[in-house]
Amino acid sequence: MSCDCEEQKTTDSKLEAVNRRSFLTKITIAIGGFIGTVLAFPLITAMLDPVTRKKDTSWRNVGGLIDFEEGKTKMVSFENASPYKWSGEIAYSAAYVRREENNKLTAFSVNCAHLGCPVRWEEKPELFMCPCHGGVYYKDGSRAAGPPPRGLHTYPIRIVNNQVEIETQAIPITNI
Amino acid sequence: MKKILKNIGCWLDDRGGFSDLLKPLTTHLVPPESTWNYVWGSATLFCFILQVITGIALGFLYQPSVDVAYQSLQYIENQAFMGSFIRGLHNWGASGMVFLMGMHMIRVYLNAAYKYPREMSWITGVVLMVITIVMAFTGQLLRWDNNGVWSAIVAAEQMGRIPLIGDSLAYFLLGGDTIGGETLNRFFAMHVFLFPALLFSFVGYHLYLVFRNGISEPPKVGRLVNPKTYKKWYEDMLIKKGVPFFPDAIWRDAVFSAFVLIVIVCLAWFIGAPELSSKPDLTNVNSNPKPDWYFTWIFALFALMPREIESYVMFLGPLLGGVLLFSIPFLSNKGERSPLRRPWAIAGVVFIILSISSLWYVGIQEPWSPRFNAKPLSEYTTVPDASTEIKKGIELFNTVGCIYCHRIGNQGGIRGPELTNVQNRLTKDQMIIRIVNGAENMPAYGGSLSKDELEAIVVFLSSKEKQSN
Repeated sequence: MSCDCEEQKTTDSKLEAVNRRSFLTKITIAIGGFIGTVLAFPLITAMLDPVTRKKDTSWRNVGGLIDFEEGKTKMVSFENASPYKWSGEIAYSAAYVRREENNKLTAFSVNCAHLGCPVRWEEKPELFMCPCHGGVYYKDGSRAAGPPPRGLHTYPIRIVNNQVEIETQAIPITNI
Repeated sequence: MKKILKNIGCWLDDRGGFSDLLKPLTTHLVPPESTWNYVWGSATLFCFILQVITGIALGFLYQPSVDVAYQSLQYIENQAFMGSFIRGLHNWGASGMVFLMGMHMIRVYLNAAYKYPREMSWITGVVLMVITIVMAFTGQLLRWDNNGVWSAIVAAEQMGRIPLIGDSLAYFLLGGDTIGGETLNRFFAMHVFLFPALLFSFVGYHLYLVFRNGISEPPKVGRLVNPKTYKKWYEDMLIKKGVPFFPDAIWRDAVFSAFVLIVIVCLAWFIGAPELSSKPDLTNVNSNPKPDWYFTWIFALFALMPREIESYVMFLGPLLGGVLLFSIPFLSNKGERSPLRRPWAIAGVVFIILSISSLWYVGIQEPWSPRFNAKPLSEYTTVPDASTEIKKGIELFNTVGCIYCHRIGNQGGIRGPELTNVQNRLTKDQMIIRIVNGAENMPAYGGSLSKDELEAIVVFLSSKEKQSN
């Protein structure tokens, strides 16, 4: 009788130990997961900082209207929206501004619509040419030859008090 | 004194367990025939170690900041003691790592060492390959000259072809929606902390797997891998014929790594790292960004692919390639290992090597790129006794950009057909039609040339005996 009791007790305590162990396993995994999440937080927030950072677009003056001749294309440069204090010269982007009759202005991105290389304006044949893979565009920005899947991207542009202003934009990314 | 030293040595080993740590190396048995074909992996590892050391050295000299990184590179290159040599070592070490990794991968694939039970070695190897490529690319950007900046944009543009999340990924990569203060730091943090940490972990695991599953024995025709019996067979073979990894096998690794070191030192000393281009400036459009040699074939691929499918290939190509590489050990994990009985494996490797080499070859020539610096044709010597109209045609040929893409004699670009003897192929009318309307890879000049100008060019092109200066 007493023997049975003893055995009973051992089985009980064994069962208890097993329960305890499975509980401890679960709680350790849960705590580990919690610690991992807490540690991942600073890494992810830091990596996303440029994405979560407040961004504006702003209009930048790129010269007076008289600086742009009718029927001509001219390269201008302007400061990007909200640069960092330490950005230095890298905070400047370039664009090609073309003026047509009736004060119609178009600002083309210098980034080739193929893979973003800088296109050059060739004055005499009135073509934009890309050195990387041979993309060519007409003066109105439409694709003329080579691999680009579309024409040049454009920036918003306006005339205020005879001054030409370009609205800063993200680097244009061509999608499928 | 000797006794004291010996006692200190014994204490260190007893409490520190160094013998126990290294013992597995000396008792680990490897197949006796694992000879010179087995050095590629260890040589890749050697390059990795070289990269860590030279990378730390450069880290002491480099300023990872957009505004001054270029100046610190100038300092490393021109003023720092041995700076240019250290940069050369890091550059050629990277080239060596990419090259030897490729050789290692080809060796493993041809000998089907990825079959049972070494599937995970292959899978971690593919992960290591991807990380190595990312390291090579991010490293190239840290050069932070004009080439580096524009390469960052090219990378972002490629991300942009991924459906739905493309833009977010591109701007995430650039650290903002333009190149800016955060861009270089990101690539620096990735190149120096994030990916090296991953690389260390995966290299460690990859090596652990080598010890756990053993080095694959050289394949023999007709000796099939049977997952049911292989492990037992391999163990019996080792007990019967195996030799200790240290030193019977590792000495070859040491010799080959030393050879690799000598080659890299020579390259670093005599050739050095790529010259820095002009300072980073996104308003300087006279830049012709080009990747380092290991990406030249992709650069060529992007220029030559039909443009209707290119955007899809940019996204699907790496995806399908990755899926295929990962699935290789699952497609066939047993049976014949000898390349002599796996002709398709050889054919596949030969095909890939040929494709990459030919793309690489045209990538160096860049026939698709307009030659902005082509030497202009002379008005006086290009055509003997040229009339005024022909002279005008020659001048226009130079100024409207024909010469960027077309050759006369040995002057001009090679994007379009050579025009030295075009008068034999096309009539005047055909030339006019082509110039006015353009073609798939030629802009139409109808809008920008006057009637007289067009006539002058065509008269020049129709004239016989055109030659370079």
